[in-house]
Amino acid sequence: MRIVIIKYNAGNIFSVDYAMKRLGVEAEITGDLEKIKAADKVIFPGVGEAETTMNYLKEQHLDTLIKDLKQPVLGICIGMQLLCKSSEEAISGKVDCLGIFDEEVKLFIPDAQTHKVPHMGWNTIQVSDSPLFKGLPENPYFYYVHSYYATTGKDTIATTEYIHPFSASLHKNNFHAVQFHPEKSGKMGEIVLNNFLSL
Amino acid sequence: MLAKRIIPCLDIKDGQTVKGINFVNIRNVGDPVELGAEYSRQGADELVFLDITASHEGRKTFVDLVKRIAQNISIPFTVGGGIHELKDVDTLLCAGADKVSINSAAIKNPNLITEVAKNFGSQVATVAIDAKFENGEWTCFLNGGRIATDKKLFSWAKEAQERGAGEILFTSMNHDGVKQGFANEALAELSTSLSIPVIASGGAGTMEHFKDVFTKGKADAALAASIFHFHEIAIPDLKEYLSNEGIAVRRSI
Repeated sequence: MRIVIIKYNAGNIFSVDYAMKRLGVEAEITGDLEKIKAADKVIFPGVGEAETTMNYLKEQHLDTLIKDLKQPVLGICIGMQLLCKSSEEAISGKVDCLGIFDEEVKLFIPDAQTHKVPHMGWNTIQVSDSPLFKGLPENPYFYYVHSYYATTGKDTIATTEYIHPFSASLHKNNFHAVQFHPEKSGKMGEIVLNNFLSL
Repeated sequence: MLAKRIIPCLDIKDGQTVKGINFVNIRNVGDPVELGAEYSRQGADELVFLDITASHEGRKTFVDLVKRIAQNISIPFTVGGGIHELKDVDTLLCAGADKVSINSAAIKNPNLITEVAKNFGSQVATVAIDAKFENGEWTCFLNGGRIATDKKLFSWAKEAQERGAGEILFTSMNHDGVKQGFANEALAELSTSLSIPVIASGGAGTMEHFKDVFTKGKADAALAASIFHFHEIAIPDLKEYLSNEGIAVRRSI
């Protein structure tokens, strides 16, 4: 099985690679269009800023490539947000994203007394019946670090409550995405990554 | 519900853990990689590694160590110590660190916070503050608490937030090492005046101190070293206690 981690101008790609190695899987980190197209599974990870990253994806022609992928794709954190329709994380206040999911990405409004932003730390998810979440206990904890969130809608397959409910996970056709960091979420995260690899 | 975080802190010198650590079942008690993995297995929510090496050679060892830690744990970790410029941050992130903790360098050059946040995102920029309460106010200190500055805790923390810090790690020098509880009054004021998370450090001695720091001190996370290293408190027991006290902690590990 050929697994590719898309390399682009975002940080935290190494930790996904390390997580794959801990699962005994070798993944290739690459920005090469042909290699990404030919992979059996594609992981679209990252920590970064939406507008800069979208511009980079366009320059590298990764935007159309990602949209046309037919094999299972897993978006993580900013990877998930970029698969949404649009994001508020832009100088102009809105940037168009890849539009796989209908959801919009919005900024959390902090409430200093109870809710800080970024949403940082371990929070529970309420899961639906999805192959990605097979074998998880009830209300498992996952590690989050983000200031923007995807709204909930028809593609939402898991939610987390912070200030209000948001999409912890989205799914449409071959596209799967999680807002949390499975590569930093201990055993629970390993279960999700293994489930993705067995899709 | 967002869980309150429990964070063990390890001091590293020349690639080895400095403070004596009293774990049975670990072959090399000084090996930070094994210790990190052990804390991770016990349910630590995050780890902090502080490099207290002075030499250039020791520094290279530390970067290599960060890489090995990243390969062996599946929870977030922060590294601090010896970070002076953007390049240092880049090196540590490329080695696999999730966040960096900046202390003295941020006081000397506050623009470093802005630069780190702009280049790598706020989530990477933890600003650590060592402060001491004397003459009715909290004064910030440099170089591990050796040199007093003209910066005051609350205004400096606010400035760090405005410059893009993702969290504040506040150590009370009055409480550190005394094991009589955290600086809850100052922590509560800090936590309610900021919109970013606050990690409390200094003073942990009993499980009740952790309950108090989350309730009275309104902290988002609590950091401790020796009570974990010397097995005075085991993390699973602490989490069970906190959970029974009605505090949200991560139990599924």
